[in-house]
Amino acid sequence: MLHLTVTELSAALSRGEFSSVELTRMFLDRINLLNPALNAYITVCEESALAAAAAADQARVRGDVRPLLGIPVAHKDIFCTRGLRTTCGSRILRDFLPPYDACVVEKLRQAGAVMLGKTNMDEFAMGSSNETSFFGKVGNPFDTGRVPGGSSGGSAAAVAAGLCPMATGTDTGGSIRQPASFCGITGFKPSYGRVSRWGMIAFASSLDQAGTLTKTAADAALMMQAMAGLDPRDSTSVDRPVEDYTGELGSSLAGLRVGVPRPHFAEGLSPGVEQGVREALAELERAGASLIDIDLPNNHLSVPAYYVVAPAEASANLSRYDGVRYGYRCEEPADLEDLYTRTRSEGFGDEVKRRILVGTYALSAGYYDAYYRKAQRIRRLIRQDFISAFEQVDVIAGPTSPHVAFPHGAKADPVEMYLEDIFTIAVNLAGLPGISIPAGFEEGMPFGLQIIGPDFGEARILNVARQFQQLTDWHKRLPVSTAGES
Amino acid sequence: MDKSEIDKIAKLARLRVSSADANEVTARIGEILAMIDQMQAVDTEGVEPLAHPLDAVLRLRADEVTEVDHRDELLALAPASENGLYLVPKVIE
Repeated sequence: MLHLTVTELSAALSRGEFSSVELTRMFLDRINLLNPALNAYITVCEESALAAAAAADQARVRGDVRPLLGIPVAHKDIFCTRGLRTTCGSRILRDFLPPYDACVVEKLRQAGAVMLGKTNMDEFAMGSSNETSFFGKVGNPFDTGRVPGGSSGGSAAAVAAGLCPMATGTDTGGSIRQPASFCGITGFKPSYGRVSRWGMIAFASSLDQAGTLTKTAADAALMMQAMAGLDPRDSTSVDRPVEDYTGELGSSLAGLRVGVPRPHFAEGLSPGVEQGVREALAELERAGASLIDIDLPNNHLSVPAYYVVAPAEASANLSRYDGVRYGYRCEEPADLEDLYTRTRSEGFGDEVKRRILVGTYALSAGYYDAYYRKAQRIRRLIRQDFISAFEQVDVIAGPTSPHVAFPHGAKADPVEMYLEDIFTIAVNLAGLPGISIPAGFEEGMPFGLQIIGPDFGEARILNVARQFQQLTDWHKRLPVSTAGES
Repeated sequence: MDKSEIDKIAKLARLRVSSADANEVTARIGEILAMIDQMQAVDTEGVEPLAHPLDAVLRLRADEVTEVDHRDELLALAPASENGLYLVPKVIE
């Protein structure tokens, strides 16, 4: 049962091949065995998982046939879970027990999924390697000396290593797609507003979006069917019918127009990744799609614009951590100023502090127009590039990341780390859906093909990804450390 | 960006940059701002700022009380509280 997809597990559970309790027990045992080396989970909730699994088994006996019933899930530790520690990878929230569940957690539980625990992540989702976590670095299951990507690195490593069959993540600038690429799995980021942000700890509110990490696009469709939809508690949640994601997976690719963005094949792309992605595109062509070169002329401005918008919004969002209402508080504050300043200085890590400083600067008197307004204007240019492109193509496809996973500690320079997201960040600025699916290996490490859709084109890109996975087996290649078991 | 400017920003953000870290922090922030400054070369005259990716206007809800009272639960999360109030160091002598 270890390497079955969610779709396969669902069928096996309904045939009675094993129970949800047995399945959950197996994953909990795997976590006990492998998590000390991988550090993919921050918190495991064994007791409540087994209780939820037993309840799912009973519901099945009563005739409940929902597809996610009894399927274990891991949540990124950015989603609030009632009564279960939610840290956001930060010292400042290391003992935080939320009084409520995030909408995503609620919806997956209502769909019958069984929560195994909370996964490691870059602190406040700020990072591309999972190395900024207060709870330590995460090993890539394909080579534990390398990073799993970030910020949803724990979720990606957990799915790749078979420590859960599906996981949630969040993607502000590439935080689902890039770790999916590095760990050889499928990572799906929906359109902005498609999934409720309620109870998801805020980083950059005009960019943050929840999504999925799974083995296959079909599994992502199953999760999305449960997660998507209007939530009145999130004022940016979209009032728009949810498509039938699973129902549209089978459509043929004949006649599909695939845009290939020239700037995504520019200098800096590793030769092995370029070759593999070009072969993946040829595979789509053989399946009946046509490839059309496109330009995204402002793509090179996406990282600079993002590093104004995201830190500015983060500096405002993170002002709530003041040591008064919840979270870490410094010892023996001399006065109120000292309480605020020392709590924040001791509670936040270096990268979070850097981004708060950059954001505060960009929003401060005299700099607002030159930075924040300017970045918002460039954001519109970037979105317009995509709108123009989608007048002539149905989807856009290229590499997710310029290279495969790098060794821990290899990128100490923040700007170099920021450029990791050069192919993913523009998608967030434009609010579009995107998916990364396994497309090959270089140096024994996986890399992904990114497929980008137009506004609310979730079903379309899931369909394209699914068809690619019917033609290839990259998504079935397992890391050596976790292979060889049933 | 120099050290005095970093100090000013840090004060606004309620963060402390220790003197041991000041050079490193100043250099790193300077590098980030230099990368961001690529924006300045672009002519954005007449381009409307984009605040929301879909240009959507936030939904308003009816002005009705919908939340139930979570006072005790929320106060229990506070590092220090007493008699239903959050405690902070004395502000007025």
